[in-house]
Amino acid sequence: METTMDCCEGLRSSVIPRRGVLLGGASFAAWAYLPKFARAADGRDPRLVVVILRGALDGLATVAPIGDPDYAGLHGSIALSSSGPNAAVGLDDFFSLHPAMPEFARMYREKKAAVVHAVATSYRDRSHFDGQDVLESGFAGPGRVQSGWLNRALEGLPKGERVTSALAVGPTTPLVLRGAAPTVGWAPVALPQAAEDTAMRLVELYQHRDPALASALKQGLALDKAAQGDDMKPKPGTNGAGAMRLVARGAAKLMAADDGPRIGALAFDGWDTHANEGGPVGRLAQLLGGLDGALAEFETGLGARWRDTVIVVATEFGRTARINGTQGTDHGTGTIALLAGGAVKGGRVITDWPGLKPANLYQGRDLAPTTDLRAVMKGVLKDQFGLAEKVLAESVFPDSSAVKPMQGLVG
Amino acid sequence: MARDSQSALVALNRFGLGARGGASGDFLNAASDPRGFVKAELARPNGVLLEVPGLQSTAALGKAVFDYQFEIQQARDAAAKQAAPATEGQPPADAKAQRRNFSLNSIAMDMAPREPPKEAPVKPPENRNTAVAPTEAMRPNAPKPPPAPLNIIQKTFRAEALARLQRAVMVDCGFTERLVVFWSNHFCISANKGGPARMWAGSFEREAIRPYVLGRFGDMLKSVEQHPAMLFFLDNQQSLGPDSRAGKNRNRGLNENLAREILELHTLGVGGGYSQDDVTSLANIITGWTYAGRLGQLGAPGSFVFNANAHQPGAQRVMGKIYDASGVAQGEAVLADIARHPSTAKFIATKFARHFVADDPPPALVARLADVFTRTDGDLKALATAVVDSDEAWNAPLSKMRSPYEFLVASGRLLAQIPNDPGRYLGGLNTLGQPLWAPAGPNGFPDSNAAWAAPEGIKLRLDISAQIASRLADGVDPRDLLELVAADAASSETRKTIERAESRQQALALLLMSPEFQRR
Repeated sequence: METTMDCCEGLRSSVIPRRGVLLGGASFAAWAYLPKFARAADGRDPRLVVVILRGALDGLATVAPIGDPDYAGLHGSIALSSSGPNAAVGLDDFFSLHPAMPEFARMYREKKAAVVHAVATSYRDRSHFDGQDVLESGFAGPGRVQSGWLNRALEGLPKGERVTSALAVGPTTPLVLRGAAPTVGWAPVALPQAAEDTAMRLVELYQHRDPALASALKQGLALDKAAQGDDMKPKPGTNGAGAMRLVARGAAKLMAADDGPRIGALAFDGWDTHANEGGPVGRLAQLLGGLDGALAEFETGLGARWRDTVIVVATEFGRTARINGTQGTDHGTGTIALLAGGAVKGGRVITDWPGLKPANLYQGRDLAPTTDLRAVMKGVLKDQFGLAEKVLAESVFPDSSAVKPMQGLVG
Repeated sequence: MARDSQSALVALNRFGLGARGGASGDFLNAASDPRGFVKAELARPNGVLLEVPGLQSTAALGKAVFDYQFEIQQARDAAAKQAAPATEGQPPADAKAQRRNFSLNSIAMDMAPREPPKEAPVKPPENRNTAVAPTEAMRPNAPKPPPAPLNIIQKTFRAEALARLQRAVMVDCGFTERLVVFWSNHFCISANKGGPARMWAGSFEREAIRPYVLGRFGDMLKSVEQHPAMLFFLDNQQSLGPDSRAGKNRNRGLNENLAREILELHTLGVGGGYSQDDVTSLANIITGWTYAGRLGQLGAPGSFVFNANAHQPGAQRVMGKIYDASGVAQGEAVLADIARHPSTAKFIATKFARHFVADDPPPALVARLADVFTRTDGDLKALATAVVDSDEAWNAPLSKMRSPYEFLVASGRLLAQIPNDPGRYLGGLNTLGQPLWAPAGPNGFPDSNAAWAAPEGIKLRLDISAQIASRLADGVDPRDLLELVAADAASSETRKTIERAESRQQALALLLMSPEFQRR
């Protein structure tokens, strides 16, 4: 644990802002991984970016099974439709993509993006923290392990002449990238102010427990908005669409460099859509627009490297199939993973579709998972970096030999 | 083992600096014997002292700051001489006047920033070869030149701040540290007064406050009023008795600043029964209370000295009593008397109860504390014990806001972040309006909810909490931390809010902002 309490710098103008800072990770002076990148045979120089969506993405709202007769009823007022002013974009004759993601739709058409549906980690409960632990640690259950599967994948790579390390975007290294292998960190200029969602949750807590603080906080937030002007505009440092693009642009530039990191991980918060999730427009739509913009930034920023890149977008679990009483969805199980990048064998929705009939739902509530997310990750790692199945089954995703790498994701 | 979680909250938060994280067991210890947990620190009188290698005495620091300022002054004089179209061999006519205006004070203000130095410079990448430079798009401004090396004043301030913060984060309960902060704020100086004040802010607290926190009020009073930091802060080193030798020779006279604050803020309190004549008399009495300067004509540079040349001769009447002793003893006698005055007992008791119990403290408690103060001749350990023994302190709802200092230290304790650099704490304290050792006036930082629960302050606390969380939430489980903070005294609403947060970061920010963490 770092010994400096990194709490208080950089707020407003009162303190020197952190700008484009590279925070040293573990010492990696003698680390010689990722030779020219292990793919001399075909001349490729592969890159992998893992994007974690914290809060549990509603996969059914993002890639909607419009062809499933039960979908529209379950998702009710927020269900996507293939017609109307904000029509979802058909991916095939069954699935349609949320209209806030035109870039992903284009990549899909160009066969540089794919969807894996009805996917989940091995975690079956409904706690964000434990779910994120499982997603990032790569272990079968929440075990408070202090290393992540992406870091252990780095360790499993053949050592070579090139000194480099993985890129952790954000003020701390996400668990998925923590461990023995070296990382560098980078965070964009703007510091995170408390996200609006956090503030709203706090207002609600105060309203129940501490009315004086509720009133003070509400006034403080209002003052803040007045000072910042139009609160619909994306603010730097918050988790809005603009911030997602900014983060992706910076990460892409770093990873595009000849001696840049080949592997990166970043996380976007804000996907816990319990209330007012919105359909083709609204809160989730804004977030998806931000994610879409981030993917486009990677495409642009990686330039010639995009050809050899795979981006995997994953989340800790999904959301209930049926909307709740507040036009949102609660914690569920099956969801989607998205793949994008020049190296992706795309233009496909890969799924063993379980169906949305009441009897087919997991615990009568959730899209039943039919694909283990580890199979997707393993498939990507195997195809991109040539990691052996044994390494994947034993050290990267311990005790997972029963989960076979998904074939042919990269082409 | 009896377990009283509500009382544990009182022990940890109302009296202490919050539960430490890790395996400290603070909450369980506090729950099994709440009063014992708080009072344990009172049994270790030397535990209040802060003796850290490298921290120097006020005199040594005084000499260092005088020498430093002298060098600066010389350099400026030389620069001014060069710039001015000087007549050969003669200093410019106004050089002397210029120098007179050039008080030590103003030089120090130029040298030492008004605000505490902020910013820990950001940790550089460990391997510059791989440290891929962020591109222009990410870095709209040109890279800043490396920060100038810290001067002796800034270095000293940071070292003193670090020592205090480390103690606060590591100490068992924190009750005695809370007492230190209380008394340090009662007898505050401001580091923003100038170089010597910034240099001495830490040593003032170490020398004039800490040794007496469990001792006698009268001893603390004398020590404080004779400390160079206080004499500088309230200008007493400039005050000359009108009829003293120095006063007659020079075009200067009495400065009542320190005398007024002694009566108004340090002892009797506003309405404590003193008049303007008492202020003037006391000001006369303490003329000559000063510290030795760089050349050490009166004593070791930076040490308290009595300058008989500046002292107003003769007897003076204060609060109806004649003081005719000569020299420094005259003032010491006044301080000893007003330390025992009933107004002082009432003023201190009220402030003490307000700090530890409620903005509007129960009158019965105030009366009892005043009585203890009087009966024990200002025994501050007895006073502290009395408030811990009072039922009011354990029964009153936890309605006070933690001050920014208490909040940041409690966060550091919970997250087991022992600082090795004070920068982030100092920055946070600035942001939240409680810059370390630098209140806006001699009345110190406010001690009320109105001050600390203001809208902008709460919003800033939320931003700071989010920032702490964004850096430190990885690898901790906020649900476990809630157990350490409040265990079963946590409200179900707070528990649910934390459990339902969408990420560790969010959960930790919400925990740090929860009433259980913000109120004491």
